[in-house]
Amino acid sequence: MGLLTNIKSSISTVTSSLFAGSEPKRIGIYGPPNAGKTTLANRIARDWTGDAIGPESHVPHETRRARRKEDVEIKRDGRTVSIDIVDTPGVTTKIDYEEFLEHDIEKEDAVRRSREATEGVAEAMHWLREDVDGVIYVLDATTDPFTQVNTMLIGIIESQDLPVLILANKTDLEDASVKRIRDAFPQHETIPLSALEGDNMDEVYDKIAEYFG
Amino acid sequence: MPESQRSDDGVQIDMISAERMDGLRTMEKIRLILDSVHEGNIVILEKGLDPDEESKLIEVTMSEISPDGFTGIEIETIPTGEETGLFGKLMGKSSKGKLTVIGPANRIETLHKDENLISTLIHDQ
Repeated sequence: MGLLTNIKSSISTVTSSLFAGSEPKRIGIYGPPNAGKTTLANRIARDWTGDAIGPESHVPHETRRARRKEDVEIKRDGRTVSIDIVDTPGVTTKIDYEEFLEHDIEKEDAVRRSREATEGVAEAMHWLREDVDGVIYVLDATTDPFTQVNTMLIGIIESQDLPVLILANKTDLEDASVKRIRDAFPQHETIPLSALEGDNMDEVYDKIAEYFG
Repeated sequence: MPESQRSDDGVQIDMISAERMDGLRTMEKIRLILDSVHEGNIVILEKGLDPDEESKLIEVTMSEISPDGFTGIEIETIPTGEETGLFGKLMGKSSKGKLTVIGPANRIETLHKDENLISTLIHDQ
């Protein structure tokens, strides 16, 4: 029995090794609320699979559960990079249901949304510690990137030794500043884009293939 | 637990040394911070938390948010080198880390932050 078990174990190990390289990498899309994470996730999913991942909204915390799109095959320079996209809720250290009331949402719905949002942020942190192989960090280029949440999250990502690609989103807006984001995180490459308009997506896909392929 | 007595008409600030935190496990640190913040206090950590601890602090904070109650935390850090500066001198020693200020989100508001300064406004309860 011992010998048979060992042989089975060896075969399993060899099989795992053979296919390990071909398994899609799980890439988490992280960032603060309203940075355009779901818009980007939908853009990537639509470009390469034809399907969207989830609804987009100007209301903060519209994404309250991590959503996954599996086997997204991105073709670059004659080769195919296969990834699973994990669109995560925007990370924050505080959530007040009254924020939702400002968006004409009834109190009962606002309380439910805030409860779901807290669970979603906790889930996103858990994914980051345990379940992703790389991170696309999305920032709104019209807002100040020097926030504590951004600093902490980049620090957490770096401590996990995860490859990270920083995207400066919303470059279609007049007051966008890519330089401000580059200056905030000079240790990482920053790629400008407009996920909404689809601007500069070719470079984004080149970098996804380079970082996560 | 908090180092000083609570005042009914003031703001309690708990300054916690690196040495005190070094002797605690991750969840003990998080409980020390959040228990104090739940009471409306401001916590200042001489050394701060490591990234994994910060991740868990966010996770636990989220689990404790409730409607019409605790709305989360405001947190700010500034990096400190080998010399901790004034705070280190007050504590009688120096260490590497990041000076960290944590408070209830509904009481503490960051007015300004740069590499050398955190300026906060503390609202009445």
